[in-house]
Amino acid sequence: MKALAFAATLVTGAILLYGTMDFPAWGDPQSPAATHLASYFIENAVPETHVPNLVTAVLGDYRGYDTMFETVVIYCAGLAVIAVLRRSKKS
Amino acid sequence: MISSIDLMLLSLVVICAIAAINVKDLLAATMIFGVYSFLMCLLWATMGAVDVAFTEATIGAGISTILFIGAILHTTRRSKD
Amino acid sequence: MKEVQARAEALKVGESIIIQTAVRILVPFIQIFGLYVIVHGHYSPGGGFQGGVILGASFVLIALAYDLKYSMNYMSERVNIILGNTGALIFVGTGVLCALFGGLFLDYAALDALIPLGPVEWRSFGIFIVEVGVGLAVMSIMVSLFWDLSSNGGLDEGL
Repeated sequence: MKALAFAATLVTGAILLYGTMDFPAWGDPQSPAATHLASYFIENAVPETHVPNLVTAVLGDYRGYDTMFETVVIYCAGLAVIAVLRRSKKS
Repeated sequence: MISSIDLMLLSLVVICAIAAINVKDLLAATMIFGVYSFLMCLLWATMGAVDVAFTEATIGAGISTILFIGAILHTTRRSKD
Repeated sequence: MKEVQARAEALKVGESIIIQTAVRILVPFIQIFGLYVIVHGHYSPGGGFQGGVILGASFVLIALAYDLKYSMNYMSERVNIILGNTGALIFVGTGVLCALFGGLFLDYAALDALIPLGPVEWRSFGIFIVEVGVGLAVMSIMVSLFWDLSSNGGLDEGL
C-alpha cells in the first residue's frame, strides 16, 4: 500500500513538472498574464488612487469585492469556532 | 547568484516537507511545519512578492503554528502510525 | 490536558520570570509595529490583514507567557467580540455608504458628496478606512480562535 502511494505521488509530481515546461519565463513581459491588465494597473493606479503601493491599490480599490468577502470568510470561520467550541460556565 | 539561493531554498523546502510527515513526535512535526512556512516566505521574497511573503510569515509561521500547539495540547504527543 | 498542566507545574516549566519579563517589555513594541503595518500599508508592504494578525499575535503571546486568565485583563471577551463585529461592519458599511451617496458599491469616489476632498483623495482615504476594518476583524478573530482552541471553549484554563 505504501509503495502504491509513493508511486502515485511520483507520477503526479512528474506530470506537474512536465506541465511547467510550457510556462513563460519568470518575469517575462510578453507573457499573457502581463500584457492585458498589469499594464493598465501600472500606468493608471497611482494617478487614479494616489496609493504608491500597487498591491494595496488593487486589493483595496479595484478588487474591493474580493477583499470584502475574504474578510467575511474569516469572520464566518471565527463565528463557527465560537458556536461549536464555546460553552458557558453553568452547563 | 539568485538561482543558487533558489536551489538551496527549494531543496530545504523538500527536506522539511518530507521530515514533517515522517517525524513521530507531533510537536516536532509542528515546529518543522513552521520552518517550512518560513522557507516558503523566503522563497516568495526572492521572487519579489513582498506582500505575499509578509502574509506567509505572519499566518503560516506565526499564528498557525500556535494554533497547532494549542490543538496538540488536547491530544497525545506521539502519533500511532 | 490536566495531566499536561500538572506535569508542567511540577517541572516549573509553565512560568519563567525571564520569559515573562521579556514578553512584558516586547508586547508594546509588537503592538506599535502592528499599527504601523496597518497605517503604512499605502507606502510599504503590509495592510490590514498582516497588521491585524500581528496585533492578535501580541495578545496570544501574553497568553502563552502568562496564562489565559491574565491575558483576559488586557482584552476581555466582550471587548474582543465588539471589536471584531465593528471591524466587519466598517468594511461593509463603507460600501453601503458609497452606494447611498450615489456611486457603486465600494466606489469610494462617491463619498466626495459627504466631505469634499476630491474623488482621487477619497479613493486613497477609502482604502485606509477599509484596511482599518480588516485589521480589527482579523485581530479579534485570531485572538478568539486561539482562546477557544487552547482552552477547549471554557476560557478558564489552558495555555
